[in-house]
Amino acid sequence: MAQNGHNEHPKYMWIFLWLAVLTAIEVGIVIPDFPKALTIILLIGLACAKAILVAVYFMHLKFEKRTLAVIVITPFLICVFLVIMLLPDLTSDKRHEGIEKPAAEVVETTEH
Amino acid sequence: MEQATTLEHTEDVYEPSLTPDSLGKLGMWIFLIGDTMSFGALLAAYAALRTGAGVIGWVPPSEILGINLTAGMTFLLICSSVTMVKALESIQKGNVSRMCTFLGLTILGGVIFLGLQAYEWTHLIKHGLTLTEIPEHGLKGGAIAGSTLFGPTFYAITGFHGLHVTGGVIYLIVILIHGLRGRYTAEFNHEVEIVGLYWHFVDLIWIMVFTFIYLI
Repeated sequence: MAQNGHNEHPKYMWIFLWLAVLTAIEVGIVIPDFPKALTIILLIGLACAKAILVAVYFMHLKFEKRTLAVIVITPFLICVFLVIMLLPDLTSDKRHEGIEKPAAEVVETTEH
Repeated sequence: MEQATTLEHTEDVYEPSLTPDSLGKLGMWIFLIGDTMSFGALLAAYAALRTGAGVIGWVPPSEILGINLTAGMTFLLICSSVTMVKALESIQKGNVSRMCTFLGLTILGGVIFLGLQAYEWTHLIKHGLTLTEIPEHGLKGGAIAGSTLFGPTFYAITGFHGLHVTGGVIYLIVILIHGLRGRYTAEFNHEVEIVGLYWHFVDLIWIMVFTFIYLI
């Protein structure tokens, strides 16, 4: 696991340049009026690309054993799973109607 | 004599597979994995609250938050990540003074980031973004209305990240002091690598926070 003293250093300045360019693209995407879904997909894609660059090169995952990469990816998959489990809530517009209606009925009955 | 040989053999068998270097690194990775889940839960909760705002609506972040300033803050954290890898690279080549310079620059990046965040928060609070209210007018001048959960979710997530940066700056200062005292060499430097892991993680999380809270 520990590989102290390895001589093979990636070109950090190139990674830095990529990260800076991707950040500029992210900010650039927000300005024009793209369809909202497209903007969100592009932004998440770019953020993931940047996160992968940081993890693989700056955190040296590329030079570690593959087992560690598998362990590290796991919480990200669980996070994605977490969002998927929330999807019924995230996409439902009826949630508010459901809450408001019984509340109104309760008010009516107490008035009588 | 025979007993001594047996003991030696036993020690060989029970030698731990994790060295002190790799044990520390594994410990940091485990902490970071746990922290990923914390941020993941916060961002998922944010998504649920935002989409769940329903008829009340959610003000687009660009109406309240200054994107240009935060883009600059993102760039700053990326720069500090580069100085961090340069610090590790320097000590792996045995150059202590160069490592200390780069560690100092990394700390400076972190401190400026925190300063900018404090400036941003002060500005937002003055303009009416509090834990219970949102500003009456957006950055584009028009009147805005929407869920008042904008404030608490924004302050919770950026605040939690800010605490990580604060912790990272203190951690880096401790490592820098050790470095100045000559603790690290080309052979002994895993502690620098471990603080680097933490610092890059803070950068990685900010990339996500910037996208989800400010841009989307």
